[in-house]
Amino acid sequence: MSSRKPYVRKQYWNEPTMGWWERLYLFEVGRGLAITGGVFLRNMWKWVTGRKGALTAYYPEETRADYAAGNRGKHILTQRPDGKPQCVACNMCATVCPAQVIEIDAAFDPDDPAHPKYPSRFEIDYSRCVFCGLCVEACPEDAIRMVKETPGLPGFDRNRMWLGQEELLNWNPQRDVAKPYPVAGGGRTEGAP
Amino acid sequence: MTQDLVVTLVYIGYALAVLLTFGAVLTWVERKQAAIMSDRIGANRAYLRIPFTQVKLIWLGLFHGMADGLKLLLKEDFKPVAYDQLAYTLGPWVTFVPVMLVFAVIPFGGTLVVGGVSYPMQIAPLDAGLLIVFAFSGISIIGAMLAGWSSANKFSLLGALRAGSQLISYELVMGLTVLGLILIFGTVDLVSIVNQQSGTVLGFLPAWGIFYQPLAAALFLTAGIAENKRIPFDLPEAESELISGYFTEYSAMKQGMFMLGEFIEIAIIAALFVTLFLGGYNLPWMTDAGFVFPGGHVVEMGSVAVVATQMITFLAKVFLLCSFQILVRWTLPRFRWDQLLRFAWKFLLPLSIINLVVTVVAVWALT
Repeated sequence: MSSRKPYVRKQYWNEPTMGWWERLYLFEVGRGLAITGGVFLRNMWKWVTGRKGALTAYYPEETRADYAAGNRGKHILTQRPDGKPQCVACNMCATVCPAQVIEIDAAFDPDDPAHPKYPSRFEIDYSRCVFCGLCVEACPEDAIRMVKETPGLPGFDRNRMWLGQEELLNWNPQRDVAKPYPVAGGGRTEGAP
Repeated sequence: MTQDLVVTLVYIGYALAVLLTFGAVLTWVERKQAAIMSDRIGANRAYLRIPFTQVKLIWLGLFHGMADGLKLLLKEDFKPVAYDQLAYTLGPWVTFVPVMLVFAVIPFGGTLVVGGVSYPMQIAPLDAGLLIVFAFSGISIIGAMLAGWSSANKFSLLGALRAGSQLISYELVMGLTVLGLILIFGTVDLVSIVNQQSGTVLGFLPAWGIFYQPLAAALFLTAGIAENKRIPFDLPEAESELISGYFTEYSAMKQGMFMLGEFIEIAIIAALFVTLFLGGYNLPWMTDAGFVFPGGHVVEMGSVAVVATQMITFLAKVFLLCSFQILVRWTLPRFRWDQLLRFAWKFLLPLSIINLVVTVVAVWALT
């Protein structure tokens, strides 16, 4: 003689909650049409009055301003105040790159004893880049960063997607305040607000 | 005699131009309207470049239809190995042509007077107009069934079976809803039906069929969309179950004809609905002499202006109805197959019979 209740499996689904009104269908159809028709009229009114009635951006012609701050977009090579690349051609980014798209040729500059090694060629093949950001992580000199946008990247010809120093070396010290370059003499840092 | 021939040929040319234009423009309207309904922009990349310049005409994506047509014409016309050659070739034509023929009895304007002879704007002035409509729309079922059977494909066959039973069910509903209207107007001649809708009821309401028979109007439009096999009634070509239903095995322009036929049928159903329930080419309170507003205010119009207004009115009404059908298509989800037939036989058919009985009693009591 046991007093155990029989096992009842727990129901994990919801019972259908449609009332007879919904199941009649005819009036719910009208409600659905009113919703979609309302959206149509609202958006159409925007188009007709010269505004944009859609959330879509016309992509290549128009880029959205609200990229996430941490979005990994196109690379930039940071520069010293004299315009030379901060890169010391250590090849760590090229080594860590999983897609193997970075090619660096090192060169020697006898005029700059502090930074004698510099890249004479620094190219990224954007047709294969996976935008993982490992090159940025690996760089010991903060010489390579990623901006959040991808300006000018889309193209129709994959042979033209090799970008070199001239495109990548566009860090603007006035605009980029993430790591202002220290001014010699310990004065006020350049670019700080 | 020659004049009759010329006028009829002009009418036929006008009807063909209108129908094919509607077929082409509705593909664009469907794309754009669906896009706007869902906060998108819609197709806008195809362009015409003016030769020797860099000027690209985009025109809100209007040329996508042209690009589609060109693609369909240039595609390989793939034919399945095991198929019935004759029926396979006939299939698209048998669905496409009757759809166009229905327009022959639809009056698309008032009366044109040329050289003292008056021509009602209708290609075939038949007093059995409505019967012709049902006869021809019945034929297009055969096209779908021919296409599905002759492709030697199980999916096509299933689609054809569905098309057959669906069209028969909804044809019945359509016929019963229109019977009430025939009782009220006392004729099946579409010109006469439209003429009787030019007056007013109760002094201010235009005497349109939709005010006599609101329920029949809703049922007719439902059955019409079902006959056109569009969502929510697109079971014969349900792409998630049957690939593309009865025209799975068709490619290139043969498939394009099924598509164009579908879009033209949207316009035909809209034209029929306008003719039967929305007063055809009549604007509210408009007669062949001008406007007579309920307050007694009269605006006189010349006969050319009246004819032009009537033709434009008809086209505008048809376009609005087409747009409404596209709204329905992008709003409602597809039925299940058993729901579809239950909807026809257990819901629409009793409703249309009730509607008919009430109409009969009312007409009998009032006359």
